[in-house]
Amino acid sequence: MAVTVSPERDSVATPIQRALKEAFYAGAIALGLFVLFIGLKTGQNISNELVLTERWGLLAAVVIATAVGRFLYVAYGQPFMANQKITDVATGLLPASVGSRFFQLPAFILAVVAAVLLFVLSNSLAGWVGAEPAGYLQFLRALAVIYVLASVIYYFRAFIHANFTKLGVAALVLYPILVVAVLSLNAWSIVGGLQGSLKWVDNFGIQILIYVMLAWGLNIVVGLAGLLDLGYVAFYAIGAYSYALLGTHFGLSFWILLPAAGMMAAFWGVMLGFPVLRLRGDYLAIVTLAFGEIIRLVLINWREVTNGSSGISGIPKVSFFGLMSFNVSDPNYIAKVLGIAQSGAYYKIFLYYLILGLCLLTAFVTIRLRRLPVGRAWEALREDEIACRSLGINTTTTKLTAFATGAMFGGFAGSFFAARQGFVSPESFVFLESAIILAIVVLGGMGSLVGIAVAAIVMIGGTEALRELDFLKQIFGPDFTPELYRMLLFGMAMVIVMLWKPRGFVGSREPTAFLKIRRAVSGSFTKEGHG
Amino acid sequence: MQYFVQQLINGLTLGSIYGLIAIGYTMVYGIIGMINFAHGDIFMVGAFTALIVFLVLGALFYSVPVVIALLVMMIVAMLLTSLYNWTIEKVAYRPLRGSFRLAPLITAIGMSIALSNFVQVTQGPRNKPIPPMVSKVYDIGGISVSLKQIIIVIVTALLLALFWYLVNKTSLGRAQRACEQDRKMAALLGIDVDRTISITFIMGAALAAVAGTLFLMYYGVIAFSDGFTPGVKAFTAAVLGGIGSLPGAVLGGLMIGFIESMWSAYFSIDYKDVAAFSILAIVLIFLPSGILGRPEVEKV
Repeated sequence: MAVTVSPERDSVATPIQRALKEAFYAGAIALGLFVLFIGLKTGQNISNELVLTERWGLLAAVVIATAVGRFLYVAYGQPFMANQKITDVATGLLPASVGSRFFQLPAFILAVVAAVLLFVLSNSLAGWVGAEPAGYLQFLRALAVIYVLASVIYYFRAFIHANFTKLGVAALVLYPILVVAVLSLNAWSIVGGLQGSLKWVDNFGIQILIYVMLAWGLNIVVGLAGLLDLGYVAFYAIGAYSYALLGTHFGLSFWILLPAAGMMAAFWGVMLGFPVLRLRGDYLAIVTLAFGEIIRLVLINWREVTNGSSGISGIPKVSFFGLMSFNVSDPNYIAKVLGIAQSGAYYKIFLYYLILGLCLLTAFVTIRLRRLPVGRAWEALREDEIACRSLGINTTTTKLTAFATGAMFGGFAGSFFAARQGFVSPESFVFLESAIILAIVVLGGMGSLVGIAVAAIVMIGGTEALRELDFLKQIFGPDFTPELYRMLLFGMAMVIVMLWKPRGFVGSREPTAFLKIRRAVSGSFTKEGHG
Repeated sequence: MQYFVQQLINGLTLGSIYGLIAIGYTMVYGIIGMINFAHGDIFMVGAFTALIVFLVLGALFYSVPVVIALLVMMIVAMLLTSLYNWTIEKVAYRPLRGSFRLAPLITAIGMSIALSNFVQVTQGPRNKPIPPMVSKVYDIGGISVSLKQIIIVIVTALLLALFWYLVNKTSLGRAQRACEQDRKMAALLGIDVDRTISITFIMGAALAAVAGTLFLMYYGVIAFSDGFTPGVKAFTAAVLGGIGSLPGAVLGGLMIGFIESMWSAYFSIDYKDVAAFSILAIVLIFLPSGILGRPEVEKV
């Protein structure tokens, strides 16, 4: 049988023809995928039976959008990106040509003027143009501010690139002060600024930093020792419940229970470590996942101690090192001692610095441990277990110390979480949390602390920011709830970031041990996650 | 004794469903060495498709014979769910093939989150109950066996036989086994590796869709979050049996089913999952590569 090879078939098809074909296929696949799920909606009628509602218009819109998107991508996106690859020399944060085209002085000035004007007029705007356009203008203001910040970052990119860690730490330390200052100026009162800062410090600052801490803790197990752990949230839960139970029943202080919770979690890390010492790769993954589920199920079912799925509430607050308290009714309430106005924001700002301190502790310990024999043994274990054993490294203790150290930081984060929420329940420790933490570690580039922090800010900050999309209600109508789409977008973002940067945000790494010269090791030379 | 046999039957039913899902995990693992975390949600999509088809049938026709309704539900669910898994493989896993090991795991977790939330967004977060389709119960010597259970066991047995034939007796199965052993060599010998992998995903999804339809028929209710627990259990089953081994997946599924039903019957229903996971950990201590898994040969 003659094989006919027709090279002209591909060359005849112009990019547009190819794009049309691809668009047709994409539309057909989208139709197949969505015909039942978007075209029809199951809902309950009054007698609680399921009924179907038809949504063919929405289905058509989605299918057409997919086809058009695919067409534009194949016809224009792909050639554009291919060109960019040739012409661009990567310089730090953004490819140079795109960056210099996007950030230009006139646009920068315009954005500054727009932002300042809109800030100054923000209170009287609603009176002039009505409530609805004012919402859009606020969105415009946010865009202008983002553009200004991005331009500044772009202008100083070389400096930022060189001093990223120091600048990052400085920004994190100054963050609550800046938030309070900006909001106080905006509201023209410090109390108003403190009140407004609650959301920014708590929902964004503390939330992100908890994940940074957890991811850095997991990084010791996955990134350094290369042991795939899918049940990390168990240690978080152990830390949280340690503080919650001991704090509520015995009234012990946070500062005693923080190390206790860490030790407890480390103990359970060793308990988990023992049975899985002989397991490799995916067997290890499933046992750690099972361990996480066992802990959660025990928390749900051991009702006498853990109060089951209703959880433990009334967990005591952290005190200011025993000197001042954050309970309004206490005689040594911080505002009374210092003679300042009452506000809930002090506690949040204190918690922010507390978790920031814990994060920096984690980072410090990780960096120092990497230079100790045990840290080098972890990295050796990650790269090749057999070679590691042949060189006389005791893999048992190496693995156990990795599990214990990682678990300890999870425990710290857990007790902090309990103190911050004042309430814990098994709901907070589901597998999804483990998956998110692992995703942050991998998306950041395993083993790289800076990359992991960036990934946490992007992923967690991004999903938190999606709560702020109320202006979309003005476009899609009041029934539209942007919150629902948060986790959908989160999952898709995980996929897209991974496809875009399979090695994570920081793919290369500084070697810990080196001969004479320190050279950055490209990610492709390291073999992570080979448990 | 009667009680024991009764539990055995319940365990067999449950184990059949787990086994069907576990095959999808183990086949994908065998061929590309990756944990397909989205498989549990693929199962949920299959069950949901069956639910919608059931409602469509109810809306279009006055009455449909149960056998035909089940058959239509199963076939449509198999087709659409396969399409989902095929697309996911193409979009999220194929570009990362040859990348480092955790990258496809993370996209799989991302896909799992996206799939369950997609169903939540489009179909609503509530539990979706359907009226019982098959309610006949037979009494055999004091042991009650429902027709549902018989259907589940028979459908599973038929599918497993068909599946065994596909893998062991056809050229497609040969290609799959070749890719499993050595992908590069298989490609050199003229096997279209990409196509074989796609077909593996399609087969896994089809079996998961059947499991989903049977699950819907058995329990009569499905929700967007129902993919996780059966998914994890089936994954546990695959590992217990020895991941990569097809008879192992079925054996593991049955074992998990038995452990669960026995534990809830004789000890406490609250801790049945804890029991299943603990037994997994204990078995793996003594048999680190599962019951029927090939021990990993380490080459230095």
